[in-house]
Amino acid sequence: MSTRPRLRRSSVAFALLGAGAAGLALAALHAALSKAPGQARMEASAALVRTVGLTDLALFTEARYTRHPAMADLHAPFQDNPMSFEHFPSGTFAPLNRNFGRGTLGFDEAQVIR
Amino acid sequence: MTPAFRRQRALADYTLAALARRRGKNIGLVVIYALVVFVVASALLFSSALRHEADTVLAEAPELIVQNLAMGRHDMIKGDVIDDLAAIRGVTRVEGRLWGYFYDSVNGANYTLMVPLDPDRVLAPGEAMIGEGVPRVRGMFWETAPLFLSRYSGDLVRFDVVERISSESALVSTDLILLNEADFRDFFGLPGGVYTDIAVTVRNSREIETIMSKASALLPEARFITRDDISRTYQKLFSWREGIMVALAAAALLAFAIFAAEKASGLSAEEAREIGILKAVGWNMTDVIAMKLWEGALISAGAFLIGTLAGYLHVFTFQAGLFAPILKGWSVIYPDFALTPRFDGVQIAALFLITVLPYTAATLVPVWRVAAADPDQVMR
Repeated sequence: MSTRPRLRRSSVAFALLGAGAAGLALAALHAALSKAPGQARMEASAALVRTVGLTDLALFTEARYTRHPAMADLHAPFQDNPMSFEHFPSGTFAPLNRNFGRGTLGFDEAQVIR
Repeated sequence: MTPAFRRQRALADYTLAALARRRGKNIGLVVIYALVVFVVASALLFSSALRHEADTVLAEAPELIVQNLAMGRHDMIKGDVIDDLAAIRGVTRVEGRLWGYFYDSVNGANYTLMVPLDPDRVLAPGEAMIGEGVPRVRGMFWETAPLFLSRYSGDLVRFDVVERISSESALVSTDLILLNEADFRDFFGLPGGVYTDIAVTVRNSREIETIMSKASALLPEARFITRDDISRTYQKLFSWREGIMVALAAAALLAFAIFAAEKASGLSAEEAREIGILKAVGWNMTDVIAMKLWEGALISAGAFLIGTLAGYLHVFTFQAGLFAPILKGWSVIYPDFALTPRFDGVQIAALFLITVLPYTAATLVPVWRVAAADPDQVMR
């Protein structure tokens, strides 16, 4: 009578973990293989940006400051309402301009007279 | 097989058998854990791919944009300043940009109307080039369908669509309508000699600061936006701390942290008894700790692999479908785009460290306490 050796639990677990690791390796391979076509696509977009003179991504089209965040008016926090950061959900992705300046005027006399 | 390897394997076997005894609880644990990793992995992969995309595509944006400000708001700029700016040493080209928004009352979408800068792209009067989103929201099913825009009741302006901009560049062009300059001015009732803003090209990009300071002496009221500013805006925009995706992930992480801390604060009576029995039958402290390390490592490695793989598939195969409602916001036109898959080893390693290590460590502390105690006392 032959007895089939029972598969050890650890063998099954390691095989599953190995499969997961192989899946990650496949994902890395997929990303590497997609690099060239992706680069070509991005270069086509870059060419359009150059020839048309675009400055922003067309991700959020609902408002001026979300469609062209780089070109939008400078704005202060809570400028519209003490309780609201933004009117639009995509405002969550378009953070306020943190470039508030030095906090002092600091100009010299020559500039004042001008 | 060396004895040490056999010993570790036997410990792994024992750990798996112990885990199988509390199957429901442990499967639940792995599922929740994997879900947390999935959300963080999706957010990391998505924002990193978008950042890369923005960086590559906007590298070709104008080097310097000069905006006129009136009453603190962006206003039209006079064309006269083009010559003044062109006279600055180091400036190679100065062009007035014409662009504006059009709210389409038919469907509530906002389009960006623009005149291309490149002379090779100049359109004939009455012609238009449109982004992939425009025909989609206007139901222009056939390729040569003309575009009709209505500015007010009773008004209808026709443009012949000579080209639909490839959907490959949807991320920058989905809502674009490119027009001829005369058509643009006519459509918006804009007088000649004024522009939306001015694009400046310089010979050496390292001179941009000097050129900017000279230009601001000429135009003290103007606002200057460099290509670096644009790039910084987008880096910040997609920086993972800023997004709601990470806010969601943070909530999940917090919940998981509470869960892990709860586990760290003490073992259940049943687990403590099990350790007591193991010690009573001759296991030493090292064995017990090794067994618990195996438990933490198997659970967290499994959850990490499942979560990361699911995150990768979610972002690059299913176009980050779960984030789409947040990203789309209230806009009518949203680009139909696929991100280029990116697999950043450093990022994945960081994800591994912030998800796997804390859990494994959290499970060790209470085990150390129990394993160090007298078995008789633990079992009592």
